[in-house]
Amino acid sequence: MATLTVPQSVPSASEDCEQLRKAFAGWGTNEALIISILAHRNAAQRKAIQETYQQAYGEDLLKALDKELSSDFERIVVLWTLVPAERDAFLANEATKMLTKSNWVIMEIGCGRSSYDLFLVRQAYHARFKRSLEEDIAYHTSGDFRKLLVPLVSAFRYEGPEVNMTLARKEAKILHEKICEKAYSDDEIIRIITTRSKPQLNATFNHYNNEFGNAINKDLKANPEDEFLKLLRAAIKCLTCPEKYFEKVLRLAINKLGTDEWALTRVVATRAEVDMQRIKEEYHRRNSVPLDRAIAGDTSGDYEKMLLALIGHGNA
Amino acid sequence: MALSHEFQALTKSFSGFGVDEKSMISVLGKWHKDDIKSYRKESPHFVQDDRLFEKWVDHHVDFLKHEFLRLKNAVVLWTMHPWERDARLMKEAIDGPQAYGVIIEVACTRSSEELLGARRAYHSLFDHSIEEDIAYRVNDSHRKLLVGLVSSYRYEGTKVHEEIVKSEAKILCAAIKNADRKNPIEDEEVVRIVTTRSKPHLKAIFQHFKGINENLDGESTFDKTMQCLCTPQTYFSKVLDASLRHGADENTKVALTRVIVTRADEEDMKEIKEEYHKQHGVSLSKKIDDEVNGNFKDFLLTLIARGE
Repeated sequence: MATLTVPQSVPSASEDCEQLRKAFAGWGTNEALIISILAHRNAAQRKAIQETYQQAYGEDLLKALDKELSSDFERIVVLWTLVPAERDAFLANEATKMLTKSNWVIMEIGCGRSSYDLFLVRQAYHARFKRSLEEDIAYHTSGDFRKLLVPLVSAFRYEGPEVNMTLARKEAKILHEKICEKAYSDDEIIRIITTRSKPQLNATFNHYNNEFGNAINKDLKANPEDEFLKLLRAAIKCLTCPEKYFEKVLRLAINKLGTDEWALTRVVATRAEVDMQRIKEEYHRRNSVPLDRAIAGDTSGDYEKMLLALIGHGNA
Repeated sequence: MALSHEFQALTKSFSGFGVDEKSMISVLGKWHKDDIKSYRKESPHFVQDDRLFEKWVDHHVDFLKHEFLRLKNAVVLWTMHPWERDARLMKEAIDGPQAYGVIIEVACTRSSEELLGARRAYHSLFDHSIEEDIAYRVNDSHRKLLVGLVSSYRYEGTKVHEEIVKSEAKILCAAIKNADRKNPIEDEEVVRIVTTRSKPHLKAIFQHFKGINENLDGESTFDKTMQCLCTPQTYFSKVLDASLRHGADENTKVALTRVIVTRADEEDMKEIKEEYHKQHGVSLSKKIDDEVNGNFKDFLLTLIARGE
């Protein structure tokens, strides 16, 4: 469930644009006004605001935000304002660049989106970067990482609920064999994880646990320093229970000395209109402290206010 | 008494592609039962049985079944939505005896949107994704290539980066030269390039090959893939020619219907006809006229003539 709250009666896109324009006017910037508008509009409304702003003032809203805002606050506002497909395309592209390289971001996009949404990301990527998502990811990754990540983002998984229990048993066995042989990047493991539907995978992993006594991720912990295994475990988690996966990302981001603002921003911006409610519940359960409090304790200023608004704190 | 030219007409109408309905009606329909008996005694399609009657040769009855069905298959395929058509073609190829060629053909010659449509139709028709079924059924070195081809969503703009084209052409060249030791489709860089780059990019690479006399017109999977991606009209012309040759097996013959029905409304039908004429010195229509019978022939010729 999303945590995004949109007011009962939403002003028109032109009214919102006028207000935003006022927020940018003059020397300072009225951050509170920006938050009160953008943090409470859904994707369709934000898109309408962007288009109306462009028509009314001849300027890209995102460029205006870039000029007016800075640092972590700017990043979360800009990322949030983008519609999900464009946001993911932007994040994926960023993840292929040298200084901001991240296999995790790519994996999240491949595993944490619905089949249809993932295709929208691929379309948005064509439009913005004039190349395909998979060609850039293939080019910028290698070895086992490429083997896993390219099929993850190219998948168009079946989305029905049907599960074939016999197949689940068979594939749980295959996974177990390969894991016992320590063949973690074996073609069969990759095949199963990157092509089967999410319900089918769930059934397979449940069988694995029943048959072999351990959850598959426990058996994949053989070498704690192995980056590929970490990514594989994360992919499995993200595919089957995303709220647990994102809870962990948030926990690590907040507990880190200083804070990992990039991870925090990314999770909040990408999940606020998807399943942030479940992630909050999971966070509370796992950490005995509500997410709002943890974020408030770890961040400050307008950045903190925007994060809290997006995760539905009070009715900011 | 039946005339020998009627015998010939009837024999011809029972061979080749499709069936000559008009001959059958005008000859067979008219014949006295003694004429039919004479035909049975003369025809290679019947054998003398020990119990003193002329029996149909079983495999010829099968042959006839296929030939009578050709028009029906063509019509059903033609009226289908292209997405359903491509999804069903792929399913048949996956389930059947390793017909990788059809998978490559569909995945490489359709536009990115058409391929997406086929993938969606596949979900609806078969409750699985294409890539999961292909990955499951293909256990050999072809798996990565086929899954990659079918999962691609290639950029369709014309923008191409020359330096990258050059460096990737080098990579592919090296893989081709090394083909005796390692099948190019097992090279992960080859698979990366061929399954993710845009068609204009791959065509530019192909141009580099021509410059060094590397023709890629062989029968290997790699060659077929490059042809489908870069010069589909050449690929289709070859497939059509193979289907129209005498003695072709059913898998090869069935390509005639498939190629014509799936390309009839595309821009490349015109190019395919030109390429066919260039390669074989005779127009595709004439060849079909010679080798194919009856209503099936008329249907194909009508499809080819569209847009003229």
